[in-house]
Amino acid sequence: MNGDHQHPSASVGVTATVTRAGFLTSVQDLGRIGSREFGVSLGGALDPFALRVANLLVGNDEGAAGLEITLGGLQLRFNDERIVAWCGGEFEVHIESRRLPAGHVAHLQARDQLKFGSPKIGCRAWLAISGGVDVPVVLGSRSTDLRANFGGIECRALRDDDVIPLATWPGSPIPATTISSWTAPHDWVSPAKRDPILRFVRGVDWNRFNALALQRFTSEPFTVSSDSDRMGVRLDGPELERMDNVDLVSEAVAPGTIQVPPAGKPILLLGDCQTIGGYPKIAHVITIDLGVAAQLRASDRVRFSEVSLADAHRLLLERERELERFRIGLSLRSS
Amino acid sequence: MEIIPLGDCALIVRVRERFEDAPEETLSEVLRTFQKLRKVAIPGVIEIAPAYTSVAVFFDPIAIAKASGTTEKVFEWLATKIRGVLSSARSYGRRSTVAPCLIEIPVCYDPEFAIDIARVAEHTKISTSEVIDLHSAAEYRVSCIGFVPGFPFLTGLAKRLATPRRDVPRKQIPPGSVGIGGAQTGIYPLRSPGGWNLIGRTPLKLFDPAKNPPALLRAGDRVRFRAITRDEFKAMKQ
Repeated sequence: MNGDHQHPSASVGVTATVTRAGFLTSVQDLGRIGSREFGVSLGGALDPFALRVANLLVGNDEGAAGLEITLGGLQLRFNDERIVAWCGGEFEVHIESRRLPAGHVAHLQARDQLKFGSPKIGCRAWLAISGGVDVPVVLGSRSTDLRANFGGIECRALRDDDVIPLATWPGSPIPATTISSWTAPHDWVSPAKRDPILRFVRGVDWNRFNALALQRFTSEPFTVSSDSDRMGVRLDGPELERMDNVDLVSEAVAPGTIQVPPAGKPILLLGDCQTIGGYPKIAHVITIDLGVAAQLRASDRVRFSEVSLADAHRLLLERERELERFRIGLSLRSS
Repeated sequence: MEIIPLGDCALIVRVRERFEDAPEETLSEVLRTFQKLRKVAIPGVIEIAPAYTSVAVFFDPIAIAKASGTTEKVFEWLATKIRGVLSSARSYGRRSTVAPCLIEIPVCYDPEFAIDIARVAEHTKISTSEVIDLHSAAEYRVSCIGFVPGFPFLTGLAKRLATPRRDVPRKQIPPGSVGIGGAQTGIYPLRSPGGWNLIGRTPLKLFDPAKNPPALLRAGDRVRFRAITRDEFKAMKQ
């Protein structure tokens, strides 16, 4: 008898096998909430809305864990029947020889292989699998913290030949032909844009920058640098100069915060960002545009455009109401 | 006190403008604010975290719109609620600052771990053994946890020990490394990059996601370092 019960979920449930892990693939849900005071990052899907939509399409709770795929290359073989959907950049995705567009739903049979090509636009995609990825919950989340190395599958990004535990799934009550007609609005499922404009609200240190810096920030394009990752997007472009040189006391930052280190090159923070930072915060990309920000890749050009805080909230509330209608629509079709 | 938006899903309650002038007082006030906000359930508030001079409040604008019935003034509504809580006479006792724990952290200052102690000694113009004596004699206070999970920024470093960070940060610092960065001292809980001057190492684990709470220290805790030998370090290494 083997007395080792360390990974019960991996030993009993059904799994999918990673035939190719791709550039960077990790287990993510909607992130880790409640441990910020201990310096733990939010993490989770860099476009949480995309994962929510993909989850709803496959009949999951919107917070179920899925896979975040960066720059493609992932190949998965399923070991039982599942429903899958994905949202994100412009990837070619195939199940065997059938193409699966973003925001569409496919019913897979055991032994079917799912393949992500490389993206034409954008860099990330989120794959939801009916039942959800069943890794242990650590500090309230199944997300992989790639910087602090915990959560997800063995605290790391996926590797070739990994086995992904999936929660048991009773099977679909709905005929496959019906499912394959489901889809979600285009800008929800394919947020990636060439040369996007990101909307922002002013940051607390806005007034520390000189007039030229503010004018450049709101009118000139910035180029995404290659040393960008899940923590943040580094931007090359006009130097943003401050009027003062005071050392600031570190305080909270959040996904969307644009901070400007002394060299004047802004960094747009994403989900894996630190909890605190001492660089001046010139602006914050609004939450509804974080999905577009999560698609930025090296040499993309991006511009910034100001909105009011009230508008940022209004846009978010409108999208949430549309999502609610979408959710009700799905449940009516399922019943 | 100021309440400032931090994007559209968070705000910062800035209790004081400066920290260095009065670290103890500032920290106590920040922690009092943190505790007060934590004890009341304000609709839509997701989580709260303190840092030096401020407390960050993360919220869900959708839940706030529902609770307040307004979609136009989400931030103003929450800011008003927060001001109400903080000015409430129902102060949860002046004593509500939870009595801070005093935690002793064993540190081995052996040259194997103290790879930058010569640099500190040179900069401060005192001997390495004095650096160790001064560092392990003081009582510190955790002013903030951050940078990486469980990393404590400690105030209370003897002024004479202040040493600027290294010009080029190291790519990988071993977990448990104790360092001096400017006027602060701290401990690297995880293998991570870092620019502080390393003067020792603790065998204790500062961050363990499987534990509750996951971090050994939290903001406000008092800390002392106790010098240990290499043999003690080995015996204690978890």
